[in-house]
Formats: sequence, structure tokens, C-alpha cells
Amino acid sequence: MRNLVFGLLFIAALSACKSNESKTTLPIFGTRQALTKIVDGKSVTDTVYQTIPKFKFVNQYGDSISNKNLDGKIYVADFFFTTCPSICPQMARNMLKVYGTYKNSADVRILSHSIDPKHDSVPVLKKYADKLGVSGNTWWFLQGKKEDVYSIAEKSYLVAVKQDSSAAGGYVHQGYFVLVDQQKRVRGAYDGTDAKQVDQLIADIKTLQAEVSSKPIQ
Amino acid sequence: MKYSRIFAAISTLSIATLLIVSCESNTSLEFKRYYSEGAEVYQTRCQNCHGNDGAGLSALIPALNDSTFLKKNKSSLACAIRYGMKGAITINGKAYNENMPAAELAPMEIAQVITYMNNSFGNQLGIVNMDEVEADLKNCK
Repeated sequence: MRNLVFGLLFIAALSACKSNESKTTLPIFGTRQALTKIVDGKSVTDTVYQTIPKFKFVNQYGDSISNKNLDGKIYVADFFFTTCPSICPQMARNMLKVYGTYKNSADVRILSHSIDPKHDSVPVLKKYADKLGVSGNTWWFLQGKKEDVYSIAEKSYLVAVKQDSSAAGGYVHQGYFVLVDQQKRVRGAYDGTDAKQVDQLIADIKTLQAEVSSKPIQ
Repeated sequence: MKYSRIFAAISTLSIATLLIVSCESNTSLEFKRYYSEGAEVYQTRCQNCHGNDGAGLSALIPALNDSTFLKKNKSSLACAIRYGMKGAITINGKAYNENMPAAELAPMEIAQVITYMNNSFGNQLGIVNMDEVEADLKNCK
């Protein structure tokens, strides 16, 4: 009898492990195309995924940051402004958790894009980062041309932002944290105001760190 | 004669006790109402910035658990909530200097949310009622 109980427990423990392990891949978001190439005289079909295009912004230290700085990195992108009275403090509070978890990981970055570049100059962003308690090069606060920031938000990260004088603070924007993998593909979007979803993001970054099988995009 | 005096004494005492008891329960009932309504106001209007635990955000947004500050500035809290706050303040020994936006709340809601704040996050400062808030709002700078 006792053996039977232990046996059942053992099976239960095994299946519990299994179900944990089975969730090791994250979806790939965006449009995809089938690309047929001729390789060594044979036609080979490959899937080409949507990726984050080239960009160039400036961070809180005044350094120029481009897509190249993110080559081979996992990163989280969001959109905010320093004088935002609505959802930003909650987003910052949650992003601090992500920062706290990965600030010593060389392969993880956080990119917070200001949607109010007129006010959020480099010194303003630096002061904001300092007051938030953020140092080093894990979390960048970025200033860029307004049209560039808005365009990359909507077309690439699929986050809606717009200027609206009737909204509190003058802008409306969505509080998503967008997870981008080492090949610049969007792998997740999490409500940055929801602590539970942000915990999931923290777990999913770990999943991406472990993901080594995928091939680099040409 | 003797009995009636004792009777009078007893009845006065019991009426007084009744009054005290009913007063107390009225106050605590009023407090409970203010506090629970105030919790809702807090969640919808304050929590995003100050956090669900009133802990604030790093050096940007102050915590709401500095009882000494709240006591000292009791009469200007209503104005700060209604019209916003500017300038340097020290909370728990740390300096803050950001703008707090105004919250368009009715005097009753302000009284409720102050009562909630003043009795949450480790504070125990009792009720602030609507009359006090209305009086304080007349003296905003």
C-alpha cells in the first residue's frame, strides 16, 4: 500500500516537472513571410519574421543608441514621459522590478522611449533616472525625433501613442512592456501596470535567455 | 427620599453612559464610512503614483507614511490634494521636489481620502471630516 502511494506521488511529481518544462517557447508576433531561395540549386523555403527596424535615439547619458547596440540582446521596450501623471509611475514601479532582476545580466536591456521629446531632454531624462535609482547601462531612457518615436511605437512595437490635449498630461499612450528577442522579433507584450503580467515578463526573459536553438535571421 | 436620590444618581449615570456609548459608536461608524469610501477614492485617484501600499516611488514620489509630516501639515492636506503641490518637501528625512497634479475631488471625497491615508500605511491619526476640509479649503494659498 505504502509503495503504491509513493509510486503515485513519484508519477505525480514527474508529470508536474513535465508540464513545467513543456512551456519553453514564446510566440513570435508580427507578420511573417515565406521566402523561397535557391540554395545549392535547390529551392528552400524559409520563414521571415517581422523585426524591429533600424533606429537611432539618444540615451540619458547623451550617448547615441541604435539598433546595433541591441544586437544579440533581449530587451524590453516601453513608452512614457517624465511628467506623466497617469499610468507611468505604476509602469516605472513595475519596470524597476525587471531592472532589479536583470541589471547584472549583460544580455538584457530596457528601453524607455519618451513620447514628449520636447520636454524630456537628455538632462531631464538623466535626472529622472537618477531619482528612480537607475544607473549603469541596463536601462536606457531615450529621446528621439517625435515622428521616429511615434512611428516605431505604432508600426514596430504595436503600441498606440498620440498627443491629446484633453488627456491628463497631454498624451495618451498604452502601458505595454514589449519583449524583443535577440533577433529583434517581438515575443510578448505585457500590461506594464499589472504586477502579475510583469512577473510573467520577468519569467519570459529567462525563457528567452535559455532559447538557443533558433537560427539567426539573414 | 434616600431611594429617589439613589435612583436619580443611577439613572443619570446610565443616561450618561448611554450617551457616551452611542457617541462612540456614532464616531466609529462615521470613521468606518469615511475610511472605506476613502479607500476607493485612493485606489482610483492616488494609487497609480503613491502605490497600493503608499510607499511612493524611489526619490520621485514620496511615501504617505510620515505621520509627523501629516500631523504637522494637517490643515494644508486638503489644499494640496485639491490644487496640487509644488516645491521642496522632506518626507521621512528624504528630499522630494516634483509636482503633484491637482485632483478635482469634492470636499467629501477629500475628507474621505485623507481619513483613509491618515489611518493606513502605519498612520493612526483619526478622522478628518467634511467640515474641517471645507474650512481648510477656504485658506488655500
